[in-house]
Amino acid sequence: MREEEWAAWLRLAMKGDAQAYNRFLLAVTPHLRSMARRRCDQFGAPPSEAEDVVQEVLLAIHLKRGTWDPTRPLGPWLTTIVRNKLIDSLRRRGRHLNVPIDDVSAFLEAESETHEAADRLDTETVLARLKDPQRDIVRSISIEGAGIRETAARLKMTEVAVRVSLHRALKSLAALYRSK
Amino acid sequence: MKTDDLITLMTQDAPVGMRYGRAIVIALAAGFVFSALLLVFTVGLRHNLATVFETARVVFKIVVTILLAILAMRLAMRVGRPGEELRVPVCLLAVPVLMVVSAVIAELVVLPVDTWRANLLGRNALFCLFFVPVLSLVPLVGLFWALKKGAPANPMAAGAAAGLAAGAMAAAIYAWHCPDDSPLFLATWYTLAISIVTAAGAAAGHRWLRW
Repeated sequence: MREEEWAAWLRLAMKGDAQAYNRFLLAVTPHLRSMARRRCDQFGAPPSEAEDVVQEVLLAIHLKRGTWDPTRPLGPWLTTIVRNKLIDSLRRRGRHLNVPIDDVSAFLEAESETHEAADRLDTETVLARLKDPQRDIVRSISIEGAGIRETAARLKMTEVAVRVSLHRALKSLAALYRSK
Repeated sequence: MKTDDLITLMTQDAPVGMRYGRAIVIALAAGFVFSALLLVFTVGLRHNLATVFETARVVFKIVVTILLAILAMRLAMRVGRPGEELRVPVCLLAVPVLMVVSAVIAELVVLPVDTWRANLLGRNALFCLFFVPVLSLVPLVGLFWALKKGAPANPMAAGAAAGLAAGAMAAAIYAWHCPDDSPLFLATWYTLAISIVTAAGAAAGHRWLRW
């Protein structure tokens, strides 16, 4: 069962298992992408913004994963948070405001789209909006592919401080999307 | 930014700081302790609490406010969690409301008409209207702190639920001081005080609980 597999990964992730979390995020993303592409059309939003919608929903899942009760099934939680953020994001971008979203409940069964389209919020723009230690940390981890420990050593910070800053940076990113 | 780069970032931030469920419990416990102590050390418990506790009106006042507080807190816990069923906890709120309505009817049947007014106004109406919102302040701030970690589908409704929970908790605490025992008083002034906090919660939720 796909849902149980995802739930197991997210459960491990919440305890700090980065590999399991990576697997979870990589599994969810293609489904979000195919849904976002179809929905951009329906909401009259430019198809070029689909990848931004994907990222916005991913950030919501990330920042709100603490609201999932790991003893409960993942499906209802995930479909609700995806639907709420998807509608929110598409309404902001689109021209048609009242489009019923009915098939998100079939999210877990949705087809997947692995080909990543161009995003409009390019990395440099994003980095320019972040504050100082956050910017270096985001650059180090996402572009240069360093881990927490390596980043901490490179920037002469403690690992805890890097973790805190990284979390803040992700919050800032979510706010950046909301305000756009 | 590439989606893959974003996933790399999120992967490195895998562990969850504080879960929503724990945040809510901490907020409610801390809010309750703070406001209960505030009552005890300012206006104090009712001096004749032991003797009046035998009368049905006092027991009713305390039981119904505690019941409302528990039901409202259950609802406030759920509004921040995506995918939670809310219809049942909302409908259950009708139980304390119906209890108060029945008590008011009983009171009107039992009491002579010329004492209605005195029972309705009581002795401390304005103080009740002032002190219940004061007692609800810290629980409300705590609930908002916790709900900020949540993902409410409707920020305004979530704020209202938090206001109702904080107001009902404050009323349940205030009942241990309040010298006015008539259900007429309860149905008027307690309801008004809790409504003020609920409305404030709704307005604040609209503003601060978007995510």
